[in-house]
Amino acid sequence: MIRLKGRGVVGGVAEGVAVVSKEPISFFGGVNPKTGKIIERGHALEGVCVAGKVLIFPHGKGSTVGSYILYAMAKNKVAPAAVINVITEPIIVVGCCLADIPLVDKLDKNPVQSIKNGDTVRVLAYKGLVEVMDRC
Amino acid sequence: MLRGDYGSAVALAMKLLVTLGDVFEAKKMIKVGSAQVSGISYQNIGDPGLRFIEDLSKMKAKAKVYSSLNPAGMDLKKWKEMGINEVFAEKQLRIINAFNRMRIEPTCTCTPYLIGNRPGIGEHVAWAESSAVVFANSVLGARTNREGGPSALASALTGLTPFYGYHLDGERKPTHIIRVEADVGDELGFSILGYAVGRMLGQGVPFFEGLGTPDQEELKALGAGLAASGSIAIYHIANITPESRLMTHNDVGSCEKITVENRDLSETLSRLSVEDDFNFVCIGCPHCSLSEIKRAADMLSGKKVRKRFWIFTSKMIHKEAVKRGFSKAIEKAGAEIIDDTCMVVSPLNELGINGVVINSCKAAHYVPSTCRLKVNLRNFEDCINEAIK
Repeated sequence: MIRLKGRGVVGGVAEGVAVVSKEPISFFGGVNPKTGKIIERGHALEGVCVAGKVLIFPHGKGSTVGSYILYAMAKNKVAPAAVINVITEPIIVVGCCLADIPLVDKLDKNPVQSIKNGDTVRVLAYKGLVEVMDRC
Repeated sequence: MLRGDYGSAVALAMKLLVTLGDVFEAKKMIKVGSAQVSGISYQNIGDPGLRFIEDLSKMKAKAKVYSSLNPAGMDLKKWKEMGINEVFAEKQLRIINAFNRMRIEPTCTCTPYLIGNRPGIGEHVAWAESSAVVFANSVLGARTNREGGPSALASALTGLTPFYGYHLDGERKPTHIIRVEADVGDELGFSILGYAVGRMLGQGVPFFEGLGTPDQEELKALGAGLAASGSIAIYHIANITPESRLMTHNDVGSCEKITVENRDLSETLSRLSVEDDFNFVCIGCPHCSLSEIKRAADMLSGKKVRKRFWIFTSKMIHKEAVKRGFSKAIEKAGAEIIDDTCMVVSPLNELGINGVVINSCKAAHYVPSTCRLKVNLRNFEDCINEAIK
């Protein structure tokens, strides 16, 4: 098991399969709040569903309306189980806060590189801790 | 508040402010004099935003400080005349009603400072409209960060904001000296200058030299341009803005120096503006002041517009324009004063418009993406001449 230590921004505990994006994500226009699928044209994760996943990406981008998209995803039960950013910013902070999605950033190793798609990840956001289970 | 002693809406608002405060390493919460909430237009926030605002209003939250709204997606009264469809209107009105229930005034303007909400020097506020943020910080000497819709709403409900960023003295000091050697001229010139400098800097605090004595409308245009192309929250103009007088040689001496020339302005203009024959002319980004409406009335007096010509403003300024007889000349010419909304946040793309003639770089920045329409930039007088041509 790999352990990464960082900053817990929005508390909570979650476990799920990792979905990793090397590019920033714009939730407004980039993610469908009804299905939880990434719909941004040409995005490396276009078509991937993030519902119930541990979603890992550098930071948010685009319109601040993105915060409301995260809220709507939670109400529609298609929100990610947890979010890990390299360094987070207000759109994601506000969205995760409203939607009660655990959020961690500033990990001691770059999560976009050290966590792979399909890894099982446990996020202990209240401690700022991320555990990556052994791959079998 | 965080514990829920004041209800679940205040607890959620407080959680949001505390989280943002932690992220930005704020040492404490401070009281704000007013809040100005953005993310109002159904065109922008859609069903997800409507849902959040209605959910929050059902938790029986009430604003603790005077709070007002940014423009909505339509004139709240004349939406039918604008050509807005009923589904859109119904949802837009639900958003406004939800804010009303939270005792947030449905003034719906990006220029609260033109209708009596003028925070004093050093007063802390939580405003979200980017051009109003710049005006409050720079021209009025008040203090606000560039809030988002939810964080400004949280400040409305709690009367608090985390103490960081532009609330602190240090963050308001200039980072760049902008020596203006271009002929800036009128509002459009100030708008272009703002847009050009915002693009060059991205972020930072510009200190302008060589700008003469701009009037309120020019300062409004400059700030809107800066905040559209960059994340600028404050500027200073030598001997004009209140905090420019407090700058010492040390504050200014270490800044990077940039010279802006005529070719920088013409390059910015050609980047934003398309020469074409468009069927729609408008002014009012940011919302028109009373003096701008008077200028339009004087020019339109005895004329007829041959294209759809809309003047965007707040209902208060409109009311004042009616009282003073300006609106009569405008309506007689066939132009319209539209309240509560603007070309950036209304569904222009559904109104049979093939492109927009306008005098604002902020609008020219947003309209191509929000409404998928092309923009031709002209100065105030030429916009009106284009409409009556």
